[in-house]
Amino acid sequence: MSTNDYFQMGLYLVVLLLLVKPLGGYMAAVFSDTPNRVTRIGAGSERLIYRLCGIRADEDMGWKRYALAMLLFNVLGVLVVYALQRLQLWLPLNPQHFGAVSPDSSMNTAISFATNTNWQGYGGESTMSYLTQMLGLAVQNFVSAATGIAVLIAVIRGFSRRSAAGLGNFWVDLTRSTLYVLLPLSLLLTLLLVSQGVVQNFKPYLSVPVVQVSTVSEPVLDASGAAVKDKAGNPVMKPTEVSTQTLPMGPAASQIAIKQLGTNGGGFFNVNSAHPFENPTPLSNFLEMLSLLLIPAALCYTFGAMVGDRRQGWSLLAVMLVIFIPLLLACTAAEQAGNPLLAHLGVDQHASALQAGGNMEGKETRFGIVNSTIWATATTAASNGSVNAMHDSFTPLGGLIPMWLIQLGEVIFGGVGSGLYGMLAFAVVAVFIAGLMVGRTPEYLGKKIEAYEMKMASLAVLIPCALVVIGTAIAVMVPAGVAGITNPGAHGFSEMLYAVSSASNNNGSAFAGLSANTPFWNVLLGVCMFLARFPLIVAMLAMAGALAAKRHVPASAGTLPTHTPLFITLLACVVIVIGALTFLPALALGPIAEQLMSAMGH
Amino acid sequence: MSKLLRQSFMLLLVLTVITGVLYPLAATGLAQLIFPRQANGSLVIRGGKPVGSVLIGQSFTDPKYFWGRPSATSPHPYNGGSSSGSNLGPTNPALVEAVRQRIAALRAADPGNTAPVPVDLVTASASGLDPQISPAAAQYQVARVARLRHLDVAQVRSLVRRYTQGRQLGILGEPRVDVLRLNLALDAPVGQ
Repeated sequence: MSTNDYFQMGLYLVVLLLLVKPLGGYMAAVFSDTPNRVTRIGAGSERLIYRLCGIRADEDMGWKRYALAMLLFNVLGVLVVYALQRLQLWLPLNPQHFGAVSPDSSMNTAISFATNTNWQGYGGESTMSYLTQMLGLAVQNFVSAATGIAVLIAVIRGFSRRSAAGLGNFWVDLTRSTLYVLLPLSLLLTLLLVSQGVVQNFKPYLSVPVVQVSTVSEPVLDASGAAVKDKAGNPVMKPTEVSTQTLPMGPAASQIAIKQLGTNGGGFFNVNSAHPFENPTPLSNFLEMLSLLLIPAALCYTFGAMVGDRRQGWSLLAVMLVIFIPLLLACTAAEQAGNPLLAHLGVDQHASALQAGGNMEGKETRFGIVNSTIWATATTAASNGSVNAMHDSFTPLGGLIPMWLIQLGEVIFGGVGSGLYGMLAFAVVAVFIAGLMVGRTPEYLGKKIEAYEMKMASLAVLIPCALVVIGTAIAVMVPAGVAGITNPGAHGFSEMLYAVSSASNNNGSAFAGLSANTPFWNVLLGVCMFLARFPLIVAMLAMAGALAAKRHVPASAGTLPTHTPLFITLLACVVIVIGALTFLPALALGPIAEQLMSAMGH
Repeated sequence: MSKLLRQSFMLLLVLTVITGVLYPLAATGLAQLIFPRQANGSLVIRGGKPVGSVLIGQSFTDPKYFWGRPSATSPHPYNGGSSSGSNLGPTNPALVEAVRQRIAALRAADPGNTAPVPVDLVTASASGLDPQISPAAAQYQVARVARLRHLDVAQVRSLVRRYTQGRQLGILGEPRVDVLRLNLALDAPVGQ
């Protein structure tokens, strides 16, 4: 790796960390009712929203009511997105006359966007009407992210409140997340991205003449769009002159902004942020990568501020960085090393002043290696899932790292809100383990951790693990599962393992060679996405409800401080050990086997 | 329960209007006002008509042009209507075979050139629309283009330099050469 590689990685982390305190402090003010400039401007519209919806902002909800409101709102969201897709043929704003999306694909996509996963099984531009995109998918980008933040705030109140019955008001937390956090940041990022060349318009696709007209042979299609085959079963080809190029248009920037900030990840164009209209320059790339981790990182500070001990927030952020940085370096080194199979052919993969070198299959020239690997690790550490390079074409070890970051449970930054409440579940497990070692009742932030809290935290930790392992096992055993594979050998297994891991941790990125828009994969991944999101949230709210009701225990000589390097190390070890023990056997059959074969020249 | 359901429905409706209608409209209005060229696709205009976008690559296979990154879009390369990478795994024999064929095509177009081939010139980009190649990939092709166009190598080299961008702000990304703009400049009559 060159000096500039280290410099770009360092710059990214430094700018990210500099923004943690201002944004984190602002969010703490928003959610603890401290008036500030932004909330004063928005107060009028906020009150109007509550009046329109018959919401009493001062109602304090117990954990069950909070959870019920969250579930109703999100299930309703799933139904709306499902209905929009099924009925789009008869609804307005469908100039391309796209037909109804199939039931299994509609179900998959509706769950995908409502759970903040944004797995996309469908072919983007050729499936969804503008109405479905705007009123269905784009809205869920906001509200699924806002749901994550709201639940996190409720869980934080579980720790900060004493002998309390309620966790706050779901409607208020949801509305404030949207109005005061996600909307202003999205609008700002939209304009910054447009300045770099991301398109933002409502124009039809543009057709331009190409400089060099070429003739290519294309398969002949019948009326239904299927390839016509000759008697031997080979597709019939005909020479076609390519004299024009289609330039896609659309309101891309506004969707990309929220897709990055809300850890959604669903792209406007097929190749997501690898598309030059979605991510045109190194600066747009930097801004998109920054916004990818921005809110999850800043929420750590919000947490510290709201529980009244900022060191607690910094220590959780430290745990994330301790795991993130080595994995980023390893991924970059693996990709920069290049593909040994191509070296034999006389390809120059060395980094120099004139080229990035390395494994450039599935990567863009303007991003080279280091900006592709920062993105790949950040998007899988956070449960974002947007991509600026094709993970399927990464070297075996380079691809292992994004996959394992997903499997760690999306707690290294993780989704907005969901990453930190997941990390808090791990923290509860960590203090419990520490308590077992010294034989004392474990405490975290002045609250006794007892059997009930441990059960809920364990559920939150184990649900995604179980889904990944069981889901992959089903896919491997069923012909319909194996049918999706496109790359031979161990890499084919990696494609399936990655898909189920991605769905079961609400990430949404893919080894995109897998053909997953089939009834089997749509149903399997849809079920995984749903179960990874809502049961886990309910478990965390139940834990928070129990904690809120408890008295505060003053720290004593037997209390394990949870802001020290000792605790940071312990928590990082718990996260890594659970991730390694659960997934190492499966990883050995996929990327690790492929790495060994690649090193032997196969 | 029925009260919560009514509140869910109403709040979803209100937030749909705000984030699904007002937000994209406001964003589009501001973008068109402040950055109209970028918001509409950064088009290259020749003779008053758009001939492409600075940001979207085109397919070049004629040896007298600089070639761009291989493109995996279907049904033909650089199909702007359907961006796509190859998604070939690193050990897939199909990847090795594709690279072998691309090297053969480059060598056939320029038989005297025995230098190692820069990797970005024989591997498919992520989008299939990558508008740029590395300076190394441009340098690899300079002699061929100059010979076929009966131009001085130094002349072509200076054109390449004109369409080379360094790291943005001196730090970000990688140095790169705009293939479409470079080829348009090669085609332009002398003195223009």
